[in-house]
Amino acid sequence: MSDRLPGFSTLAVHAGAQPDPTTGARATPIYQTTSFVFNDADHAASLFGLQAFGNIYTRIGNPTNAVLEERVAALEGGTAALAVASGHAAQVVVLQQLLQPGDEFIAARKLYGGSINQFTHAFKSFGWNVVWADSDDIASFERAITPRTKAIFIESIANPGGSITDIEAISTVARKAGVPLIVDNTLASPYLIRPIDHGADIVVHSLTKFLGGHGNSLGGIIVDAGTFDWSAGGKYPMLSEPRPEYHGIRLQETFGNFAFAIACRVLGLRDLGPALSPFNAFMILTGIETLPLRMQKHCDNAKAVAEFLAGHPAVASVSYAGLASDKYNQLARKYAPKGAGAVFTFSLKGGYDAGVSLVSKLQLFSHLANVGDTRSLVIHPASTTHSQLDDAAKVKSGAGPDVVRLSIGIEDKEDLIADLEQALGA
Amino acid sequence: MNHDAYPDNYIRAILNSVKSIAMVGASPVNVRPSYFAFKYLAQRGYDMIPVNPGHVGKELLGKPFVASLSDIGRPVDMIDIFRNSSHIMPVVEEALRLDPLPKVIWMQLGARDDVAAAKAEAAGIKVVMNRCPKIEYGRLSSEISWMGVNSRTLSSKRAPAPTQGMRLSLNRMSVGGGDTAASDRAAKNKSEQS
Repeated sequence: MSDRLPGFSTLAVHAGAQPDPTTGARATPIYQTTSFVFNDADHAASLFGLQAFGNIYTRIGNPTNAVLEERVAALEGGTAALAVASGHAAQVVVLQQLLQPGDEFIAARKLYGGSINQFTHAFKSFGWNVVWADSDDIASFERAITPRTKAIFIESIANPGGSITDIEAISTVARKAGVPLIVDNTLASPYLIRPIDHGADIVVHSLTKFLGGHGNSLGGIIVDAGTFDWSAGGKYPMLSEPRPEYHGIRLQETFGNFAFAIACRVLGLRDLGPALSPFNAFMILTGIETLPLRMQKHCDNAKAVAEFLAGHPAVASVSYAGLASDKYNQLARKYAPKGAGAVFTFSLKGGYDAGVSLVSKLQLFSHLANVGDTRSLVIHPASTTHSQLDDAAKVKSGAGPDVVRLSIGIEDKEDLIADLEQALGA
Repeated sequence: MNHDAYPDNYIRAILNSVKSIAMVGASPVNVRPSYFAFKYLAQRGYDMIPVNPGHVGKELLGKPFVASLSDIGRPVDMIDIFRNSSHIMPVVEEALRLDPLPKVIWMQLGARDDVAAAKAEAAGIKVVMNRCPKIEYGRLSSEISWMGVNSRTLSSKRAPAPTQGMRLSLNRMSVGGGDTAASDRAAKNKSEQS
């Protein structure tokens, strides 16, 4: 047995999966079952007490989901992962382990509109207070730190404008403050950026997007980097203190460098309940097997489309970090050398009306609220994903009224450009 | 040995070769990690010996407690120390007085004493620190994958469904230590600061 490192594509196909012990099935079976039989009373007690490896109930764990979890953990370079029902569920479960009522977390202002809503409104009722900072001004994160700060949250490639975040600089702020850095890596996928290599302590994903990749299944995942010392300073009692619901177990002491993933499973998923369907896990796993192939094609197409738009007379500006002229091009070269992703925005000289007209004339691009599909997608964020924000906040998050967002698929790029050309031209 | 990041082959060779394990600090309390690590290793076929002076006269899963390593009265392959870092040295010193010497001294998750480790290694004993043998066995066999843990191993072979008392193959293709390098680096920084 040699200790060599298989490449990313090998892990995308193999990590976490092996032939089924019972049947020999080579594809990962869909274990569509709610519950699992115990060997005897002692086995049942051991499983419930977190003392033995094994399955109890699909809300806590499922063998199909476990393959997905190990695969994404391997691709991200983490110690463990937990799959949940959606990217939003991943965010709730992560913060539940870190924040008590009255605590704060700092989030980059440039975020998916749904996350901005969740943080601003839903989390407020839990007593979790978001404090906004600006990814283009690292000092704004430092200024936002208070004794109640428990985490920093950023996106690696930010929605909707495709800007690239300086993960290392923000991780330095987090380390100095003694709080974990959470990175939403949805738009990059680990094929383009592995945030843990740049100092992230926790990575979250909407699996619904590029990882699943086919626009057919919702899912979310939490990856534990195994880098954060939860016992230092007593700030994270969910991990460092005895848990009454598990006979006084201390999770960090018992599970070491994957204690956070276990906390998310046995305290978060078990009690909040956003379990991922094993069928969705199977669909997403199948998607991940082709992630490296798809992601490269997504990026290559996106660059070609962005270049076309940048040269079109009806277009006022294109925000795509893969363009040499873009503000974020230096960061893109550093963090995402294989490609700057496939979600970006552009603005039209004709403003809001021109945006609405463009969307209605496109024949191949689908007008819908998703990204990271094999199909190319288009949306007008100001009237949809970011519509709950006021005008100033829309502009700050890169979703002003004249902005159109594209998610470039894996069709032939010539056809995508032709579709945009006819829709812009007439 | 670099105690910040063990090659899988080092851990694999230890778990594949040792047969008897004396666990210092084994607890009869069934919710303590030492209890369920003891139980798991016994289920996977290791000859387990509980060492704890507070429980002499009692048994742990049918095995009589002994007060100290010198009371075991027979050769033992590995000493697994379930004590805090500050209590490691006396146990290592006692282990070094055994004849024959143990082949391996293993310090549990969270426990690390580099001076004691150097002493043991000078006597030809292999040392593992800040790891759990149950977790490492589960990882290399992939049994732990059921919990979403990155086993850092791959296999295209059909494995048997684990049952009571079954020893599992630990000889899967290793993804090496590199894929959780970030975690290893963090542990190293912590140990350098303390």
